Amino acid sequence: MSVNITIDGLAVRADAGDTLVDVAADNGVYIPTLCYQRGRPCLGTCRVCSVRVNGNVMAACTVPVADGMEVEVNDPADMRKALVELLFAEGNHNCPSCEKSGRCELQVVGYEVGMMVSRFPYRFPLRDRETRPKKIWLENDRCIFCQRCVEFVRDRETGRRIFSIDHRGSRSRIVMDVALADRMSDQQVREAAELCPVGCILQKGLGYNDPIGRRRFEVRRLRQRVLEGEGQ
Amino acid sequence: MSGLQELMRRHGNDRARLIDMLLEIQREAGYVDDQAIQRLAEGLNLSPLEVRETISFYHFIHDRPPGRHTIWLADTVIARMNGYKEVRKALEEACGCVFGQVDASGSFGLFDTNCIGLSDQEPAMMVDDVVFTRLTPERVRRIVTGLRAGRSAQSLAAVKDRDPTDSDFAAQLASSAIRQRGPVFFSPDRDYPALVEKLVTLLPEELIARVVDSGLRGRGGAGFPTGLKWRLGREAEGAEKYVICNADEGEPGTFKDRVLLMESPEDVLLGMIMAGWALGARHGILYLRWEYGYLQARLQRLLEEWQQARLLGADILGQGFAFDIRIQKGAGAYVCGDETALIESCEGKRGTPRVKPPYPIEEGYLGMPTCVNNVETLAAASRILEKGASWFRALGAPESTGTRLLSVSGDCDRPGIYEIEWGVSLNKVLRMVGAVDPLAVQVSGPSGECVSVARDGERVFCYSDLSCNGSLMIFDRKRDLLEVVEEFTRFFVDESCGICVPCRAGGVDLLHKIRLVRAGRATRRDLDDIRQWGALMHATSRCGLGTTAAKPLLTTLDRFPERYEALLAPDEGPLLPSFDREAALEAHRHAHRILTEDASS
Amino acid sequence: MKPKNPREIASHELPATPLDAATRAAREEKIQVAMIALCGCWGCTLSFLDMDENLLRLLEKVNITRSSLTDIKRIPHRCAIGFVEGGVANDENIETLEHFRENCDILISVGACAVWGGVPAMRNMVPLEDCFREAYLEVPTTEPRAPKRIPWHPDIPIITDRVYPCHEVVKMDYFIPGCPPDGEAIFKVLDDLVNGREVDLPTQINRYD
Repeated sequence: MSVNITIDGLAVRADAGDTLVDVAADNGVYIPTLCYQRGRPCLGTCRVCSVRVNGNVMAACTVPVADGMEVEVNDPADMRKALVELLFAEGNHNCPSCEKSGRCELQVVGYEVGMMVSRFPYRFPLRDRETRPKKIWLENDRCIFCQRCVEFVRDRETGRRIFSIDHRGSRSRIVMDVALADRMSDQQVREAAELCPVGCILQKGLGYNDPIGRRRFEVRRLRQRVLEGEGQ
Repeated sequence: MSGLQELMRRHGNDRARLIDMLLEIQREAGYVDDQAIQRLAEGLNLSPLEVRETISFYHFIHDRPPGRHTIWLADTVIARMNGYKEVRKALEEACGCVFGQVDASGSFGLFDTNCIGLSDQEPAMMVDDVVFTRLTPERVRRIVTGLRAGRSAQSLAAVKDRDPTDSDFAAQLASSAIRQRGPVFFSPDRDYPALVEKLVTLLPEELIARVVDSGLRGRGGAGFPTGLKWRLGREAEGAEKYVICNADEGEPGTFKDRVLLMESPEDVLLGMIMAGWALGARHGILYLRWEYGYLQARLQRLLEEWQQARLLGADILGQGFAFDIRIQKGAGAYVCGDETALIESCEGKRGTPRVKPPYPIEEGYLGMPTCVNNVETLAAASRILEKGASWFRALGAPESTGTRLLSVSGDCDRPGIYEIEWGVSLNKVLRMVGAVDPLAVQVSGPSGECVSVARDGERVFCYSDLSCNGSLMIFDRKRDLLEVVEEFTRFFVDESCGICVPCRAGGVDLLHKIRLVRAGRATRRDLDDIRQWGALMHATSRCGLGTTAAKPLLTTLDRFPERYEALLAPDEGPLLPSFDREAALEAHRHAHRILTEDASS
Repeated sequence: MKPKNPREIASHELPATPLDAATRAAREEKIQVAMIALCGCWGCTLSFLDMDENLLRLLEKVNITRSSLTDIKRIPHRCAIGFVEGGVANDENIETLEHFRENCDILISVGACAVWGGVPAMRNMVPLEDCFREAYLEVPTTEPRAPKRIPWHPDIPIITDRVYPCHEVVKMDYFIPGCPPDGEAIFKVLDDLVNGREVDLPTQINRYD
């Protein structure tokens, strides 16, 4: 069933139940996300896609569109920016010393929301790294707890989780099952590193694989990739 | 270790029973060791870290020895008003270790915990599987001495020879001071078999219509119409349906569900059976918070008695209605009061609130339509069955029918349970409870609002005004309100599940701000930050915990701005008051001092 | 401020040839701009120089007082705009930043170190004692018989417990991220301010590395 909604006043037609963030992208409106990826189940953890739906702020990745919905993307822009700033202050996001710079979704979303500085105090947490797996280095200081790895990376044979969460609240950490990690194929390791929006899951021996100026999001910005698709 | 295989088998090797398994292992061994984790993981096809995910989420599951006697002292604002600090110090001295540790001999483990549902008799603590209330330094010293001498906690609490399945067992440990009785709750001598009989003569639709007609709304806080929820549950499609009673009473300051489960547990069971009948569900789960473990044996016996009396089971009163109830024990997480987190916990997982939609009434426990109701809601429903919708609707106020239980604590002469009709004013309640020179009242616990008696005294309890979830904490003029605010803010940081950014990270920053204010180092800009960051958490958090975590700050800023302003630092620059120049430079002197001593030795 | 050593003379106290009246008047009409580096690598200051010929164009409107171009150590008179590179890592940085805040109308954090601490802030994850121990006491390359000492002298700045972003010490008005930012970004902000426009750093020239 098709429905009519408005996004910042723009009349949009969509299929009922489609996810708002996708509907917006299909209509040329980019809403940044850090946990959500089109085609995968919604995680609803980062809240960076917060928009106003019929007056209430909601994460656009969690909203199925319904007829008559009035969506404002522009209005809560500062809230989206603040959430990105929270993430920058919560971990250690030292772009100049990070292998993921130029390919990092947090960084590029920071640019998209116009972040210059975090309004929140920088915490400089000290978190234990997991360096034992043969092919993966887990740089936990950079983790933003999006849960992509926890939900989407599984041991191919048993279906068990390779990444899990330890503790709760501000003490939460992503941990890794070393035995299962060592069973991952090179291909799976590469996919896991690419799945990670930041420089937390790193493929050992890869490092800075593209020169500055030719890095993933310098070649083509995330905004374009979301609006026009990866294939182009 | 074959015991472990047997244990898993008893739980159907079902991952959804993981918390039960962990708690059972812990009951035997004191904690869950590495080997047990490995075996559980193998048996349930999980990675060991996945088992740890669940363990590390819950406050009361240990992965290392927590001492032969494990002591949990409730750190709450009410306890702090009643000698908590002295009790804490006495415990540390008596046990020979500080909080968060186990003493060198492994005899005692001392741990902090949040509200344990005894606010009218604090300071209070849990020791092993009993509770001690109205603590004084002298009393805790006696208890520790007794434990050291080899006596059990049960013996020290004078319940050693009592049967924990007896209806008065819990009353030996914790009193249930019902100060004002009303028409709905705690009514004696109800004929439950006759009521169940009456239930099954109604069509489910008739029952739902009656509950809709009564105007009953959820007593957990949100106030969703109960009849409507049951109707949605009836209409939802699913191979199975579930009814869950939310007895995870974690909101600091409330204890009315504990008292209901102590005094009238049958009302709650009857309410669950009604919900089961209304939905067409065959299974009920009573989610009992870990802190109420001393109620469990009695509830379990009651379930068995009702099964024998065919009030529960495969064929209730021979009417072909199958409905059974199991108790799911919680393991220590306030966030599990959120219905989707509660469902995750019932499935043996971390209590992470789910993304909504879908709502539990469509897809809940194990993906099936699930109706989650509060203890008090279900008990109230049981009276509607007996006395009728119009009887209930005649009580209270138009959009807030019936009565509600208040758990009253803090600065008043008569703390305890009060059944009030919706529609009474705050002032009237304050007079009723003997509040002395009250300044502020925390309505609905930290997640509610802090109101000013001077400004809000004539506001009334009802869903459109003071929609109280049952917690009422009173603070008189002498109290340091901002200490209360800091404590509540810390509580939310402690209890955040961590799944979403605003709550996990924002809460810590708010705590930092209130500490800055209390240290006299904040400026007006910091107060603006608190408002803005609080609004951010409120708007963007995933569940009710995050959306309300800033309320202690926001509501006191609104009602008692002078308490903040009195502490503001002059903002004359150039250095910011929040920057502590001396402390920043002292670190170097200190390091130089100790390293030079080190180096010279 | 630290008590001044009477035997010390700072460069701004040295006698200098006064400007002729016409030059002085011309300069005073311009917008006074200063730039200082705290705990950083001076890379941002190089980016400041990288404004190249853009800078020349701006010189009609601005006068650069204290900066790496002029080597003036104190701001001689009140400035409209102060650029700050580097974070706050010692008492001398605190003092300098305080001086800048007192004497500038607008203060701008330039580069990762000023904005959030940057590379020097990598020590923030380690207690200061451990930093000293590593740097002075347990160094594999020192001569084994040499006395083990932590330097301590009135002329050596006292290190802060951690590296602070400038805005956690004084109020900062604008921020230009980057390690270092491009000259283009610094120019854009300066040009906006000089021409009375609202400061706006477009997404294309904003970067964090």
